[in-house]
Amino acid sequence: MHEWALAEAIISSILEIAEKENLKEVKEVKLKVGELQQVNVDVLELALSELKTGKLKKAKFLIETVKAELICRVCGHKWDFSQNKLDRESTEAIHFVPETIHAYIKCPECGSPDFELFGGRGVVIESIRGVK
Amino acid sequence: MRVSEGSNSTVDPRINIIDKRLEKVKRLIAVSSGKGGVGKSLVASVLALTLADKGFGVGLFDADFTSPSTHKILGVKKVEIIEDKGILPIHVHGLKYMSIVAFSGEKTLPLRGVDVSNVLIELFSTTLWGDLDYLIIDMPPGISDITLDIIRLVKRCEFLVISTPSILAFETVEKLLKLLRELKVPVIGVVENMKMEQRFTIRDKVVGMNVPFLGELPFDPKVEYSLGDVKALYETIFAKKVASLVPKIISPHA
Repeated sequence: MHEWALAEAIISSILEIAEKENLKEVKEVKLKVGELQQVNVDVLELALSELKTGKLKKAKFLIETVKAELICRVCGHKWDFSQNKLDRESTEAIHFVPETIHAYIKCPECGSPDFELFGGRGVVIESIRGVK
Repeated sequence: MRVSEGSNSTVDPRINIIDKRLEKVKRLIAVSSGKGGVGKSLVASVLALTLADKGFGVGLFDADFTSPSTHKILGVKKVEIIEDKGILPIHVHGLKYMSIVAFSGEKTLPLRGVDVSNVLIELFSTTLWGDLDYLIIDMPPGISDITLDIIRLVKRCEFLVISTPSILAFETVEKLLKLLRELKVPVIGVVENMKMEQRFTIRDKVVGMNVPFLGELPFDPKVEYSLGDVKALYETIFAKKVASLVPKIISPHA
């Protein structure tokens, strides 16, 4: 997901959660971002700081990138996403829509595109700290 | 508190933003069927082109991620990804257009159900459609992931259902219609495509279910030779018939 679109979705979700949890102010948000999204953390931080409003105005965002592990459903081989050498076009496609990985990467052992992704996809709002 | 995305998620931040991405879209029409090969993509494409030709703001979204075909119908050679705090649909033949081919090109993209759902959520949460009168969604066949996700995520989406004269196609269409009815999803009506002889079996069955029967589209061999050439496609009897059904399709009381 694009950093700005991602930031907008994160802010919207946090505001909703803050509302549900009756938080007056959000102090800190821990985010885990999947390696497959290949998010530019600096751009995401900038987008978050520009988009944060209201209860989020003083919130700090701590962003951690999570590695993606791939496991072949056919032969069981496990490997890391970072082991794959991809050209710019494939990298960009996976950045926008991580599932297109199945068009660009195959199991290095058996050649199957039928593999499962463990971690490394999407965004996780790990924790929200605030004042009630 | 832990909020995550994915199959075991409690809250997916992307889902939160979908309504906002579509807030300026007046109507969403999913062109759907229980069976493949009934002409959904052709009807969706020609419907979108016709509406755009009438001056409406129209988007076309190809939601068939493993077997996209609208780019072939429209003659789109390359879909460039343009970012502007999200992804901008491309402009083609007066339409705003988005397809997975923008990312996977002509490569084969095998996807399992959860991946298909993720692609749909990803594209709905990032594509900036802006102001539209109509967003036409070309659906994959059947009543699995995408159909269920569209119903779940896009509450105000209406369904335009395509059948052929074959009772085999209608067998699956009937199941789709029953599902949509049970889930209280608005159905615009049924169009019978690839009509070759004057029989009223499908019309009678549709009417018997209290679903609007919108009309018939002929089997037109010229369509095959006009794929990729929008001007030639417009000249086909098929396209002219689609255009004649448009008032019924967009009428709020169809």
